[in-house]
Amino acid sequence: MNALDQYLKPQAEALSLRNKRMEILGSNIANAGTPNYKARDIDFASEYKSVVGQGNLSTTNTKHISMLNTSPPGQTRYRVPISPSLDGNTVELHVEQLQFAQNTTAYEADLQFLSERIRSLRSALRGE
Amino acid sequence: MMKALSIFDISGRAMSAQQVRLNAVASNLANAQTVAGSPEEAYKSMRPIFKANFPSQQMGQGVATVDTDGIYRTTLPPEKKYSPQHPKADEQGYIYAAAVDPQEEMIDMLEASRQYQNNIEVLSTAKSLILKTLNVGK
Repeated sequence: MNALDQYLKPQAEALSLRNKRMEILGSNIANAGTPNYKARDIDFASEYKSVVGQGNLSTTNTKHISMLNTSPPGQTRYRVPISPSLDGNTVELHVEQLQFAQNTTAYEADLQFLSERIRSLRSALRGE
Repeated sequence: MMKALSIFDISGRAMSAQQVRLNAVASNLANAQTVAGSPEEAYKSMRPIFKANFPSQQMGQGVATVDTDGIYRTTLPPEKKYSPQHPKADEQGYIYAAAVDPQEEMIDMLEASRQYQNNIEVLSTAKSLILKTLNVGK
């Protein structure tokens, strides 16, 4: 079971992170007309690394201290606007739409990879 | 205390907020030609105020939807017209036309409809991704 988890984990984690990013970008687009709203985003690469990339340090001796990955997940950052508007809103629709489209494409790609992994797993099980 | 928000809540509520804005624009344009017998009674444009709503459970996660924080009336003075024959004219023979700027209303309407479209786009993209995810591994 653990091996199966490990096998599917990279794609599964990427999908849930993509989903989270979609909600954040959706919030930005929803608040495009709200005064003083600051657009946010996550840095996908570093978030993903903190979830799967490095993992925890292995302990080969009982005196080793297990070092857990300490960078807290879910760090949102504020987007730096190209041309800030007078009402304090930093949402720029073209930027958000671009990021949203990019995120959607990446989500579909992850989905494709996950499907492929499941398919190859199945064909291995059937032994065809 | 609000429950956790999904993408459907976020975009759905933003669409409702834009709907409120469109209703206000429609009311303003509908009343653009009304007249009154005093400056106080004259119609004044309505504008909704939007406010970001951060659900307490997902604080700091970058998730926020929109609330309509109230509706205010613009302070533009009503237009004073001399028309002594008008049944609503005051003692000096003046009537007061609604303080509505049609150009401003049209711009507001366009912006509301554009933002409504954006939210629909987000929603339909999210929906198609969810449907594709349901079929994964088949």
